[in-house]
Amino acid sequence: MRNRFDEQLFELNREIIEMGSMCEEAIACATKALTTGDLEQAVKVINNGFVIDQMERDIEGRCMKLLLHQQPVARDLRLISAALKLIKDMERIGDQAEDIAGIVVFLNGRKAKDMELIGEMANEAIEMVTSSIDAFVKKDVELAEKVIAQDDVVDDYFSQIKDGIITLIAEDSVDGEFALDLLMIAKYLERIGDHATNIAEWVIYYVTGTHPGRFKNDMVRGG
Amino acid sequence: MGSIISVKDMCLWYGNYQALKDLNIEIPEMSITALIGPSGCGKSTFLKTLNRMNDLIPGVKISGGIYYEGTDIFSNEVDVSHLRKEIGMVFQHPNPFPMSIYNNVAYGPRTHGIKSKVQLDEIVEQALRDAAIWDEVKDRLKKNALGISGGQQQRLCIARALAIQPKVLLMDEPTSALDPISTSRIEDLIMELKKKYTIVIVTHNMQQAVRVSDYTAFFLLGELVEFGKTDDIFSQPKDKRTEDYITGRFG
Repeated sequence: MRNRFDEQLFELNREIIEMGSMCEEAIACATKALTTGDLEQAVKVINNGFVIDQMERDIEGRCMKLLLHQQPVARDLRLISAALKLIKDMERIGDQAEDIAGIVVFLNGRKAKDMELIGEMANEAIEMVTSSIDAFVKKDVELAEKVIAQDDVVDDYFSQIKDGIITLIAEDSVDGEFALDLLMIAKYLERIGDHATNIAEWVIYYVTGTHPGRFKNDMVRGG
Repeated sequence: MGSIISVKDMCLWYGNYQALKDLNIEIPEMSITALIGPSGCGKSTFLKTLNRMNDLIPGVKISGGIYYEGTDIFSNEVDVSHLRKEIGMVFQHPNPFPMSIYNNVAYGPRTHGIKSKVQLDEIVEQALRDAAIWDEVKDRLKKNALGISGGQQQRLCIARALAIQPKVLLMDEPTSALDPISTSRIEDLIMELKKKYTIVIVTHNMQQAVRVSDYTAFFLLGELVEFGKTDDIFSQPKDKRTEDYITGRFG
């Protein structure tokens, strides 16, 4: 029963997973470019940015069509509404990876001693994105909760890196523009962690019907 | 919100066939309760039991109790015509009597002993206003009711039910024979009516249940599988059978 609808939902799932892996790849490449100075990787991220944007529009279109044609309820409605929300976060993750790549190109291979810490922070953020998408694929609430908790680790990295940059500025061992670029990269990574957290929260909503931090069924009551 | 009808361990048999099994449900007052479920699940049987319409069917046996405002409706002291005055009914197909619009609405109050023309005029106008059809028929009250459209006929039937001032209105798929515009008029009307009446509605249109009702009861094979707030049932049903049915994957 509802074979065609099930096929379309399967296709929606597949597209979300594909978009998710594109995002993972974008941050991984941006981080590699940052830590190794491989500018080719950075250019690749920038060139792929539009693909992620296009995927967001395609998935959005599919969701709208499903809402119109199938008038879904219960788990189907939760899947489609969660999809509409989480692709926005994925698109932002892609944008931020692109922004990081842009800075790397601008820095043109320049490195600083805090780079290692930024690399660690980036790995943590990548893991959050990967796990949040895994949680979606496996409908795994526990993994989604782990992602939400992991956001604190990424936030801590940001504070450490910020303190490090402040020290560099105080020592006068770095120029202002470079210091700001490093801070921007750390901030983008911190935002990527936030978006992964949002994805994880929508996964929990999709599976349980309750969005963490909201009252039960707030969504359907317009609260 | 208190309940106006309490159903306790109710079973119903058509001869040897058990159509309703151990139903327990509280119908909340001044709200709209939708009964959903596949054909043959017992929802219409249940609806008809609430004002004892099943009494007319030979071989029907009922156990357990249905309490309307605390009184067992099956008790010998209950006058069935009085019960049906309190708990009115609107059917799937509009079924106006072959008489004038006015007489259709005045029929009930007349049988309950109201003869004064002034009083009847008042009741007819009020019922037609409450059923949101007054403006369309006020200039042709003496015309035959069969001459108006299907949607208008259904609202006339609702007016006819309201004219005897019931407290509860039972509706058996009241819009399934109507076009989308008439359907949406009736839906608006139903939501307006809950300010004054308790409404129990059987519908096969899931979106209609979502749009109009406050509570939803899901029936399957004569059992009440799940009862709860409509928003809860349609966003996170507790029972897998409910989820499978409302998402169209039943079977």
